[in-house]
This record gives sequence, structure tokens and C-alpha cells, in this order.
Amino acid sequence: MTDTKPIAFANGGARSAPAETGQGVAASGETPSGGSPRRLQISILRYNPQEPGSTPRMQAYDLEEADGMTLFIALTELREKHDPSLHFDFVCRAGICGSCAMVINGRPGLACRTLTKELDRTITLAPLPVFELIADLSVNTGKWMRAMSERLETWVHLKEEEIDLSRMEARMEPELAQKIYELDRCIECGCCVAGCGTARMREDFVGAVGLNKMARFRLDPRDQRTDADYYELVGDDDGVFGCMSLLACHDVCPKQLPLSTQIAFIRRKMIATGWK
Amino acid sequence: MNIVYTDVLVIGGGLAGLRMAIGAKRRGHSVTILSLVPPKRSHSAAAQGGMQASLANVIKAQGDNEDVHFEDTVRGSDWGADQRVVRMFVNTAPKAIRELAAWGVPWSRVKKGERDVVINSKKVTITERDEAHGLLAQRDFGGTKKWRACFVSDGTGHAMLYAISDQTIANSIPVHERTEALALIHDGGRCYGAIVRDLTTGVLSAYVAKATAMATGGAGRIYRVTTNAVICEGIGTAIALETGVAALGNMEAVQFHPTGIFPAGILVTEGCRGDGGLLLDGAGHRFMPDYEPEKRELASRDVVSRRMEEHLKKGKGAKSRFGDHLWLDITQLGKAHIEGNLREVKEICQYFLGINPITDRIPVRPAQHYTMGGIRTGHTGESATLTGLFAAGEAACWDLHGFNRLGGNSVAETVVAGMIVGEFIADFCDRPDNDIDISTGLVHEFLHREQAKIEHLLHGNGAEDATALRVAMQEIMTANVGIFRNGQDLEQAVDVLQDLLRRSRDIGVKYKAPGANAELVTAYRVQKMLKLGLCVALGALTRTESRGAHFREDYPQRDDARWLKRTLATWKNEADTVPTLAYEQLDVMAMELPPGWRGYGAKDYIDHPDTPQRAASVDALRKQLNGADRFATQRSLMPYEHMLPERLRGANERLDEPLDDADHDRH
Repeated sequence: MTDTKPIAFANGGARSAPAETGQGVAASGETPSGGSPRRLQISILRYNPQEPGSTPRMQAYDLEEADGMTLFIALTELREKHDPSLHFDFVCRAGICGSCAMVINGRPGLACRTLTKELDRTITLAPLPVFELIADLSVNTGKWMRAMSERLETWVHLKEEEIDLSRMEARMEPELAQKIYELDRCIECGCCVAGCGTARMREDFVGAVGLNKMARFRLDPRDQRTDADYYELVGDDDGVFGCMSLLACHDVCPKQLPLSTQIAFIRRKMIATGWK
Repeated sequence: MNIVYTDVLVIGGGLAGLRMAIGAKRRGHSVTILSLVPPKRSHSAAAQGGMQASLANVIKAQGDNEDVHFEDTVRGSDWGADQRVVRMFVNTAPKAIRELAAWGVPWSRVKKGERDVVINSKKVTITERDEAHGLLAQRDFGGTKKWRACFVSDGTGHAMLYAISDQTIANSIPVHERTEALALIHDGGRCYGAIVRDLTTGVLSAYVAKATAMATGGAGRIYRVTTNAVICEGIGTAIALETGVAALGNMEAVQFHPTGIFPAGILVTEGCRGDGGLLLDGAGHRFMPDYEPEKRELASRDVVSRRMEEHLKKGKGAKSRFGDHLWLDITQLGKAHIEGNLREVKEICQYFLGINPITDRIPVRPAQHYTMGGIRTGHTGESATLTGLFAAGEAACWDLHGFNRLGGNSVAETVVAGMIVGEFIADFCDRPDNDIDISTGLVHEFLHREQAKIEHLLHGNGAEDATALRVAMQEIMTANVGIFRNGQDLEQAVDVLQDLLRRSRDIGVKYKAPGANAELVTAYRVQKMLKLGLCVALGALTRTESRGAHFREDYPQRDDARWLKRTLATWKNEADTVPTLAYEQLDVMAMELPPGWRGYGAKDYIDHPDTPQRAASVDALRKQLNGADRFATQRSLMPYEHMLPERLRGANERLDEPLDDADHDRH
């Protein structure tokens, strides 16, 4: 299977890995227990296009840190106790659903699983760029992702529509299933798009999220599409040739997906296909 | 007035809603889905460990089939389930998972040959059959005789939700994201759709539909400590209740999952224990075998959670500044296993606890996890009292889980019920007599009423604070309506909740924005959530027995003689402060598996007077049919196949149960 072997990229180590041991998250920063808790200063980029007269501005909030406080807990407390007009999105609050991506101290990330004790006392929060702004930290990633899915047809294209449900499932090599899952772990949070230089310049760029999906379906033997089909979908500057290899997508991906290798791999395949 | 017309209105964009929508759309009906959030962000994504389907591929699953799955599920339910629905479910689960396999879910697969596993704290080498290589793999879960939980690492729900959501897109089904149904439109007998609020603009619209299908999930957020996502507030269930016509079944049946991480309540999967993880107390002692020698850590969730709390009450917990907790220890599973099959668990531990489960124990304590109760429907998913209203998944009570759900049966239920109810909805819409004839006056009346309620919250100068009421509700539910219940605490809870409900009618919202407005949303939701809380608390107070997850310290026995029945709650008048309760008897004489001991948990229970007679006749029938194939035996005990949609009938092929063409057509 030399065909699917990804090409190694030199700068893959730039992303921040989660704590590997007990000393990581727990021990970094001063813990609020014992001494007096820190006063956090949370600065939020406020703007609500729906509100007449609203203009973009930074607003700072003062908040006492608590044990185990995440940005989910902090923002919820701010809204419930101090400012009901704040807007943001959380769903699972467990780092699984991808709803709460925002720019945290200049870097896209999942707010729900960011512990405040990992951050300085002063925290700056802004909405993800590129996506349509709903208000404050809330952006419409859902609309963007649906449009991308429709365009790239991000589903398995079966040979036959009707499946005989009484029969045993088709076999698949265990390693291949695992490889597909590795790419299937994307949670469509939008961090990669928010960190992307091309996405700022090209409105229709499919982003690392889209290219990763192409790699995922290309790997899947159940999908009948060929490289020629994929070329029609991503063989242009709004697809894989728009990527400038800045690779912030790879650095900020909260699920640590192998985006740089997948994009490079898809690009090679698409060049080979386009050359024919 | 904005009116949107659609044949089928699906409310909820999780697994159950999406699968129903695909079913109805493929039969040629127009479908519109409403979702609070983008569908891929639904709480279905949080299901980690597995989906129960009796495929019997791995060696530890050999001999598994629908019969074993059926018995496990009924025992798990503590005989509260509708056994015919359980039969429909176990027969459809293999079909549902095979459909998902074809749709691209990257299910973990069997690898032939030897592998090391941990069983009851010991390393064991097992050998997978050559002929099983590449088929879907199964892992062990609580309350099951065989390894049956099919899985995608520990991101099972995520992978399923993405595959089904993408199928929804492939079928061009519109999803109206960030919308919320506030009320069902009905005339007391027929449901016509819903009044819907756009959560971004605040604009109300009427969605008029032939069939309205609720798939809004559970109501975990009526509790303070829950594994549920913040959107799991039970609003779909509540608006069905508010019709005054539709009934809610068994709302007192609330599941607490043994392993919520402490103190945040975020779930770590039952797969941790299924794969060999242990529960330890403060002294590092493995205590579950002391209480449950048969199934140890892998008894059903209600039993394990109760034993954990019992052990904590004895002062055996580990101390922390947040209170006492126990430990989940998966270190013996090893790095390769944890990074391969429990990677979400590893991430959660790293990000929320700052620990590494490869080397560190995980602090855990039971947390609210699942709502067994829900909108009462028949086996077709339709309400018996409100025509045209359907429900599926956690929001529904058709009643698969009775008083305790088995791990891995919930994601299985979402897609199975989605398939079955989707077909019945299509049948319903096909029948010309179900065409609707609704006056715009009625639609306008409902829309106007909901608009007035919102205006009142925003500009009625109410004195009460919505968040304070919600916190008070969550506190009393957690303190008094939790794992251990008693008459005194429950009476107090009903009183407190009634008081909160009265006060909630005087909420004033400080932030006045008509569009996106979280305070306003909390305000109208807490009014509805309090009604659900009252259904749970009053149902629990009235049920003077212990069954499954419902445990009464003052009535510790299961009492089939008086309580082998389903609670039905309705909300007759808007001004009421408690639901009206009624009961629906379960028919012992029609049961395939008459009530008995579950095989774990308490052994003493009070029999129903019909039980000995039914048990004797089942035994006699089995003896008489000795030698007949298992399908024939099953049919003679409790026929159910005629209840399934035609295209979902028939036997399921397995390695050890090849399907010849005759079998294929026979059923």
C-alpha cells in the first residue's frame, strides 16, 4: 500500500501537545488552592451585528478564578452573574462536539477544555475569523461546514444504493479501519479554517477540514470515487492548490489530525491526476 | 405570519432525528429538520464506547444472537420494558449497524489470531477465528452475557453521527440550525407541527406538517451533576407534555452513570470497565466483587452506581477538596490499548484533570446520564393520544429500557428507532386520510400565544431571576431525587419544585434583546424544565417500590404485585403545579421472559400473581418445542414480527448462522 503512505513533513512538531503526564496541566501555572485565588482579566471582542448601534470593541471583565476552571465555566459565570448580553456557544463542554472554538490569546482553540490556570491572568478572547459572525464569540460554523460538505460531497459514494441488511457486513482490514477513523476524528470546529492564510484570501477555499475529508473518503474502499472525481472537487485554487503550506491548520488542530501530511499527499495525487 | 409547510417535521438533529428524516425522505416525503445546533454537534456525538448489536464475530461473542440480547435488555430494564419492542429492537440492531457499516462508519474490526485482553483483573490470551478477520469487532459492556458492543475506538457516537449527518446532506434534507420548537400546534387530538423560534433573530414561525417527530434527546440538565451536554434540557419532551394530551412515560426512571469524572461530571465510557478497568476505593481496594460477586464492575449501571454510593456512604471514598470520590483504574490495560481504543478518555483526562490514565487513576463518581422516560408512544413511535405526533430515541418511551438502560443500547436505539419509526411515519403520510386540513386561525392562535409569552418575559416586569430558579431546581433534583430516594425527601422535592414553578411564572428578563438572548432562553426553558422535574419527582414519590434505577430506601424491594406498570404523566391545565399521573399495566401473561431475578443486584422481590402461571406455561411451551429452531420457539412464545415494517423483517446472518435463501425469505 505505498499508495497511501503519507509524506513526512518537517515542521509537524510545532503544534502544542496536551500534557502527557500528571505534571502537565495540573502543575503548570500557580494553583489557586492554598493562596488567594487569582483575579482573571478576561478581555472579549464584543460586536453584535443585530443590535442597532453596536460597534466592535474590546470589553474587559474581572473574575475570580476557581479550582479546575475552564473557559466554559468562566464565560458561563460571566454571563449568568455579570453580563447577560454576552454571546458564545457551548454544547458538550467535553472537547468532543467542536462548538466552542474561538481565538484564545491569538490562537484558535476549544474554549471548553482550556483550563484558565494554563493561561496568564490576562486572557483575550475573540471570535473565529472567516466564519459569519452571529454575535461576540458566536460564529456560524454550521452553515460553512454544510456548504463545504455539499460541495465536496463528503459521504461514501456507494456502488449500489440498496444494501441487503440481512447479510453480513463487508470485511475490512483492521488497520485500514483504524486509519480511516484517524481522519474521521475531525470535529468540524473550524480552528483550521480560522488559522488558514488562504481562507482569508479566497472565500471559497475548502480549508484543511475539506481536504482532510477528501483524504478520508479516498482511503475508504467503500467509496467508489476515483482520483479523477476528486480532482473535479479539489483540483483547483479553491481546493488543494490554494494551500500555501503555512500549516497553521496542523498546529492548531485540537484533535491533532495529521493535516500537513494529508494535504501534501492529496496535492501529490491531484498533480499526478491533472498531469495525465 | 411566517408559515413553513413540510410533510414531515423532525425536531432534533441527533442520530434518531436524522435517521427518521432519511427514512421518510427516501419514501418520497418532504422533510425539514429543526436543530438547536449544527447536527454534528448534537449530544449523540458524545456516545463513546459502543453500540449493542448481536453480531457474534469476536470469540467472546460466539453464541450471541437476538435471544441473548433480548434477555439481557429485559433483565437490565428490571422487567419494565415492553418486551415486544425489545424484540423489534434486537432484531433490527444488526441491520442498523450493517447499514452504518455500508455508509462508511469506520467500525473497529476483528484481527485474526492471538491477542491479550484483561478479564476480571487477569491478563488472558484469546484467539480470534480466521474466518472472523475483518468483520466488526465487539467489546464487553455492563449487564450483558456476551461481548456485544460494536465500537469505533471510543468515538462511536461521533463516527455514527458524522456518517448519518452526511447521509442527510446526500439526501438534500434541509436542517434549520439554531432553531427551537416552543410549542406543538394541535387541536386536542391531532398534531399539526410546531411554533418555532429562530435563536439568532428571535423571529417566530409556524411549521405546519402532516407528521411531527420529536427526537430531542434527554433532560439531564434538570440535574446539577450530569454527563449530558448543556443542550440536553428536555424541551422537546416538555412541549409534548404541555399539549395536555400527549403523555410522558416513566419519567422517574433516571439513569446515573458510574463513571463521571469528578467533579466536572464529564463521561468516561463504560468501555473502560468493559475492557478490564477496575473501580477502587480510597484505600486502593477493589470493592465491587464484595457487593456483586457475579458481575463485579460489569453489573448494570443502576447497580454499580448504587454500590459506589453505598461504599462512599461508609466513608470508604478518596477525599478531595470537592468531596469524596472513587477511582477508576485502567492502568493495567496498557499504553497501546488506551491510545488505540480509549483515546477520547485519555484526552478528557489530560485536558480536564491534568492526569494521564496510562499511569494515573481517574477520580470518578456517578453522575446523571440518561432519561429512560420520555414521550409515551406505541411500537410505531406514534403517541396514542395525539395523532401525528411521533417520537424516537432518548426523548421517547416506546419502552425499550424500562427502569434501566444497558450501556450501548442507547446509540443502538437511536438508529434502530430512527429506521423503524421513519418507515411508520412514511406509512402515515402515505395514507390519504392523514392529509391535514388546518385553519390559519388555529396556527395564528398558537403563534400569538407563544409571542405573548416571550413579550411577557421580556417586558412584564417580573421579579424572579431565571438562572437562580434553574440552579435551585438542579440542586433539589440532585439532592432529593437522585440515586437513593425516600418519601420524605421526595415530598420535599415536590413542594420545592411546585414553589419554583409558581415563581417561574413571574420571571423578568433583564437583557431585552429580541434576537440571540441566552437569558431569555433560560427563562422560557426553566418553566418547561420544572414541569419535567415535577414529573420525575412526583412519579418517584408515588412509586413505592424499587425497580432498576429508581431506588426507594423506604421501599427497597421490587414489587411486581403492585408496580409492574408504567407511569403516565400528563399536564392537564397550564395553571396546574403538578402533573396528573395514571398507570398502564404490563401484561405478565403476554411476556416472553416472565419476571425473575436479574442475575445481579437484589435477589428479593415481590412476585406478580400471574408470574408463576406464566413462567410455568413458558417452560411447558419450551419443553414441548424442544428441538424446534429458535425462531419457531420465539414465535410461539410472543409473536412480534408482524409489528415491524416489512422491509426490516427477517433473520440476520452470522458466521455461525449462515443464511440460506430460504431463511432469507422465510421471515
